[in-house]
Amino acid sequence: MDRRVAIQWMLTATAALSLPRTDASGAPERNSLGTAKGYGSDPSMVKVYKSGDVWPLTFSESQRRTAIVLCDVIIPPDKASPSASAVGVHDFIDEWISSPYPAQAGDRVLILEGLLWLDGEADRRFKKPYADLSLEEAVLVCRDISNASVAKSEMKKAAQFFKRYRDLTAGGYYTTPEGMKAIGYVGNTPSRTFDGPPLDALRHVGLA
Amino acid sequence: MSFITSHNLKKAYDVIVVGSGAGGGQTAYALTMEGMQVLVLEAGRAFDTASEVAMFQLPSQAPLRGVSTPDKQYGFHDCSINSGWEIPGEPYTNAGKEPANQFRWWRQRMMGGRTNHWGRIALRNGPYDFKPHTRFGAGFDWPIGYEDIAPYYDKVEMLIGVFGTNEGLENSPDSSPGVLLAAPKLRVGELYAQRHGAKAGASVKSIHRAVLTQPQDADTVPIKLHPGNAKAQRILAEHMRMRSPCFWATDCHRGCSIRANYDSQTVHLLPALATGNLDVLPNAMAREVTLNNEGRATGITFIDKTSGKEAHATGRVVVLAAGSQESVRLLLNSKSNLFPNGLANSSGKVGRYITDSVSSSLGAHIPAFEGMPIHNEDGAGGPHAYVPWTMHQQNRKGEFGFPGGYHLEFTSGRQMPSLTTLSGIDTFAGRGEIVFGHQLKEDARRFYGCSLGFGAQGTMLPNDDTFSELDPETRDQWGIPVLRFHWKWSEFELNQVRHQQQHIRELLEAMGGRVKSAVETDVFKSMKPGGSIIHEVGGAIMGAKAATSVTNEWSQTWDVKNLFLADGAPFASTADKNPTLTIMALAWRMADRLMDEMKKGNI
Repeated sequence: MDRRVAIQWMLTATAALSLPRTDASGAPERNSLGTAKGYGSDPSMVKVYKSGDVWPLTFSESQRRTAIVLCDVIIPPDKASPSASAVGVHDFIDEWISSPYPAQAGDRVLILEGLLWLDGEADRRFKKPYADLSLEEAVLVCRDISNASVAKSEMKKAAQFFKRYRDLTAGGYYTTPEGMKAIGYVGNTPSRTFDGPPLDALRHVGLA
Repeated sequence: MSFITSHNLKKAYDVIVVGSGAGGGQTAYALTMEGMQVLVLEAGRAFDTASEVAMFQLPSQAPLRGVSTPDKQYGFHDCSINSGWEIPGEPYTNAGKEPANQFRWWRQRMMGGRTNHWGRIALRNGPYDFKPHTRFGAGFDWPIGYEDIAPYYDKVEMLIGVFGTNEGLENSPDSSPGVLLAAPKLRVGELYAQRHGAKAGASVKSIHRAVLTQPQDADTVPIKLHPGNAKAQRILAEHMRMRSPCFWATDCHRGCSIRANYDSQTVHLLPALATGNLDVLPNAMAREVTLNNEGRATGITFIDKTSGKEAHATGRVVVLAAGSQESVRLLLNSKSNLFPNGLANSSGKVGRYITDSVSSSLGAHIPAFEGMPIHNEDGAGGPHAYVPWTMHQQNRKGEFGFPGGYHLEFTSGRQMPSLTTLSGIDTFAGRGEIVFGHQLKEDARRFYGCSLGFGAQGTMLPNDDTFSELDPETRDQWGIPVLRFHWKWSEFELNQVRHQQQHIRELLEAMGGRVKSAVETDVFKSMKPGGSIIHEVGGAIMGAKAATSVTNEWSQTWDVKNLFLADGAPFASTADKNPTLTIMALAWRMADRLMDEMKKGNI
């Protein structure tokens, strides 16, 4: 990365962190990081939590739109299973980057910077924000930062962002009921007996 | 379950037990069933295993998909509250600065202690494990042998319910006929390791775990456990009938509201309360064992955490089962004119000889599992198989450069997906890019469930450089001095970890596995830090002589006749087995001795 690009990254990072989170509708500022609290050492474990239940979220409306498109580029719908955004994975990513815990702080910077980069890149190439790109255009932008050769180029940071966003999207997706069905997890259901592996599974690995 | 508050303590108890986990629970059970009046003090809050455990909740229903945070250090749905390596207001310190000299100390501040999230792996120590000095010329022989504890292993296994098979293995003992519950069928990965592991010298067997695979025999077991005691038989039978067998779903670490697996509240404290002989006081942080002029223990001074005020409970006998190092801390903080260096410490051995399971792990991608037909592998909420240590002849005198051995535990199968389920997915097909889109969904289906790994847990013998003492400066939020740990691995442990890494790699490769990490030449990077496995024991070891140990073979302190230990503190070494079953067996044996001595008027 040359010095110019490095400075640009630094500036966008600062901008991403300090931008007032007021969206076009004039909604109040959200998630003042540093004052948000965790769930404490004795939370209800049985409660069902939704993103935003424990700490306020971060995304502005435009960041949210970009996040949704990127989620669905990574996990598109098919005949058997829905897209990532259809099961709210973008909300999970918002929750993740809004976390008050130290382990997520680096992802907050990486992802907010990365979303900004996507818009810059879409504007440079297609004169549109990322969320307004056609699916083919949106995929193309990601294709260019998913290749191994990118790791050394000036797009290295964008590739790091994409890898992390992909990991969170995939992890977020496959931990939902729809995602579990899509991956082939069929447990978490009580049964009277445990019969061991079925014959076709044993045959698959040469044990029957 | 109804518990008392510090306002309605009885004037005096026969026995005060500090701690409600495996050791404290077993002690309270054994004593109350025989009519003793017992008080259990627990530093954590009451916890309802019927309504508070999250068995079926999905990661997507937890904050941050349930990953571990400083507030929930084993993940959101793990059955632990107010617990962790670091607890605000309850520090401990390490004397050493280097990473290899750090000890990590898990504390579980809740009713039932660590048994709530225990993996339920219940292996017996074998004959060699009690006599390391005789066999390897290192460490200390315990003052008991396997034959002394074997009847108590049978009793504990019948009480708590343990599945497994008798394999006739050297130094991994069988249970008596009829004691074990049926072992569940093995999963694909476990069977595959069984078939191919032999090439690497690994013998895959059914593991023993404290999970009911069938209803307990409530008609005959209570009679065997409590001969001639009709009340105890009735109460135990009733409580056995309240437990459901496993319904083959949900992770045991999350706890079990149907009571299929063991935790100390369900199996020990509930029947003990039903006798009418037990009081349980939560939120009571023990501070000091009190003494009379004759040097006999008179009770426990504790902080009532609900009010912050100090209170005292009086008893004829005191049993410490606070967790080995917490019991050590209590002894060291109980200073008097008679015991200026801490209670029961005339030998100077309190805090000495801490040991822990020696551990490292390694995982692989198993291409043979790709595209596996979809099926449910939840099973008994944890492993069904393990690799016991069988290389006794090769290591007869420690020829491998370490005494004892280690067993291997599986992580395998089509487990409930977590946030990191697809970790490594870009490498499996060799695509050389960050996979996304339809290709990602396809790869996810193909590669899910193909990860298989082993974690080793092995023997550690005590050394002079691994111990705990009071920190001269640091105090906890109640002003109680905290422990300072000294940790040093000996060449034995380093050699063992090298062997573990090599052996696991060979085993994974024998399965055609692509091992996920390169050979690590720095052994400290492979091995888990001291305390990480949460198997720390010792600190008040039992021995044959008062000058070199803290307790006798009955876990009774040499210095104070009516003071006993019932957690891991009396362990003279760590075996290649998990300690919990042995803690319970020793606690029951100790309780029988205690009652015997009281009847004889010796206490």
